[in-house]
Amino acid sequence: MQALTNRSMVVVNKKMTWMERIYLPAIIGGLMITIRHLFKKKVTIQYPEQERPRSAVYRGWHVLKRDEQGRENCTACGLCAVACPAEAITMTAAERKPGEEHLYREEKYASVYEINMLRCIFCGLCEEACPKEAIFLTDRIVPSGMLRENFIFGKDKLVEGVEPDNRIDVSKRARAHRTY
Amino acid sequence: MDTTEFLIKLILVISVFGISLLIAMYSTYAERKVAAFLQDRLGPNRAGPFGILQPVADGVKMFMKEEIIPANADKFLFIAGPSLMMLTACMTGVVIPWGGELTIGRNTFNLQITDVNIGLLYIFGVVSIGVYGIMIGAWASNNKYSLMGGLRASSQMISYELAMGISIIALVMTTGTLSTKEIVEQQSSWHWNILYQPLGFLIFLVCAFAETNRTPFDLPECETELIGGFHTEYSSMKLGFYLFAEYINMFISSAILATLYFGGYNFPFIESWGLSPNAVTIIGTLLFFGKIFFFIFFFMWVRWTIPRFRYDQLMNLGWKVMIPLALFNLFITGIITLWRNGAF
Ligand code: SF4
Ligand code: SF4
Repeated sequence: MQALTNRSMVVVNKKMTWMERIYLPAIIGGLMITIRHLFKKKVTIQYPEQERPRSAVYRGWHVLKRDEQGRENCTACGLCAVACPAEAITMTAAERKPGEEHLYREEKYASVYEINMLRCIFCGLCEEACPKEAIFLTDRIVPSGMLRENFIFGKDKLVEGVEPDNRIDVSKRARAHRTY
Repeated sequence: MDTTEFLIKLILVISVFGISLLIAMYSTYAERKVAAFLQDRLGPNRAGPFGILQPVADGVKMFMKEEIIPANADKFLFIAGPSLMMLTACMTGVVIPWGGELTIGRNTFNLQITDVNIGLLYIFGVVSIGVYGIMIGAWASNNKYSLMGGLRASSQMISYELAMGISIIALVMTTGTLSTKEIVEQQSSWHWNILYQPLGFLIFLVCAFAETNRTPFDLPECETELIGGFHTEYSSMKLGFYLFAEYINMFISSAILATLYFGGYNFPFIESWGLSPNAVTIIGTLLFFGKIFFFIFFFMWVRWTIPRFRYDQLMNLGWKVMIPLALFNLFITGIITLWRNGAF
């Protein structure tokens, strides 16, 4: 049989020689291996200061998108909440009043939109379910915290800013979506 | 005993006690650091610079934890277990010669709390009481895992104490004394006992691992099968005592290893440097601690290298390998001693 890697070893249940049976050479060999690791480069990434590179289509902290005119895309249809396997999303719908056309794209909008980041498994199904391209996952990591309440992200933390500088680019993820 | 002597002894007792506690405390930190470094990680490094304050944080955490005594546990024994463990752990330091003689003014005093002429026997006696701490705690917990851990601890300690004792007898045969001080004095310069008793040292080392319940002999508390073994039911500072006592034991074992086989505070050619006696003593003590730290590191190093034994393997090793080897060592030592004395 051909070996798949050069690291495979044939296992034989042969009787151990005397040298093998006193174990000491093997133990010393093992100790030498571990001591070498003492001087190896450490693989730890010191998180808040250092970050591991992430792909642009990473699934992290959600964003609620606005359209080109700065209006919120979300129409509070609730499909994301239905799709969510972790039941992390809750929302309250409200009707758009006259004069609010510049704020909300559709007649109905989410007055409250909350994602519980401790429940969320970052699967991205909300994003797939959304008919309005309103919700996307981004490559931002949800920061850690000490209080559970702080992990319920409301619209203040989810909706992107109106100003061009505060917009959050999801073009790569959006493109990844359109393929299916 | 006059007042000065009493005061000096008191200072010595307190400092030995303090130093063992301090070293045990930082052994927990060192253990985590060594573990991390051997596994290509960094280990605790957030509490203070390089994580220096980690043991303090751990201690505070231990104190803040809820104190639980299980309903079906024997209250008195449950508390007696860890206390006994801690007590015996702190008692062995008494006969270890930490250094030579220090002269201050007219007074000369020994850096050893007391030089009992049966120092080695004393150490053995105290160490074997130590297992009662584990057994009592395990029994009092009224928990099957604890009981298993306690049983394992006691049978393991008894098995390995035998081999350890026999290896020590061989050492006593070459040194001709049971006093730790004299044993160290005999090893002046490079005449370390490791050169005369290599096999005995090996046996003693392996048994020391078993006696301190360190990997590969940490069966009494193996997390994977016994969820902590004898201290499963313990919480808060009582658990802290058990863990702490283990580290003190490790420190004392290292000190005993260094004393018996690695010349204690002796170092080759230190006399030829022409230093004053006090300086020699201080350097000797520092070197002694250096040796101790090496052994503590060795304990940790082995822990992260060798996996745990299976219980039958442990017993096999103890009864079928260690004891015959120790007896063989005893036999050879006897023959050589006779030969050196001109019996043949
Ligand atoms: S990413 Fe998945 S789990 Fe998280 S909110 Fe969306 S659907 Fe729910
Ligand atoms: S985010 Fe999308 S799916 Fe969810 S309520 Fe708004 S429009 Fe509907």
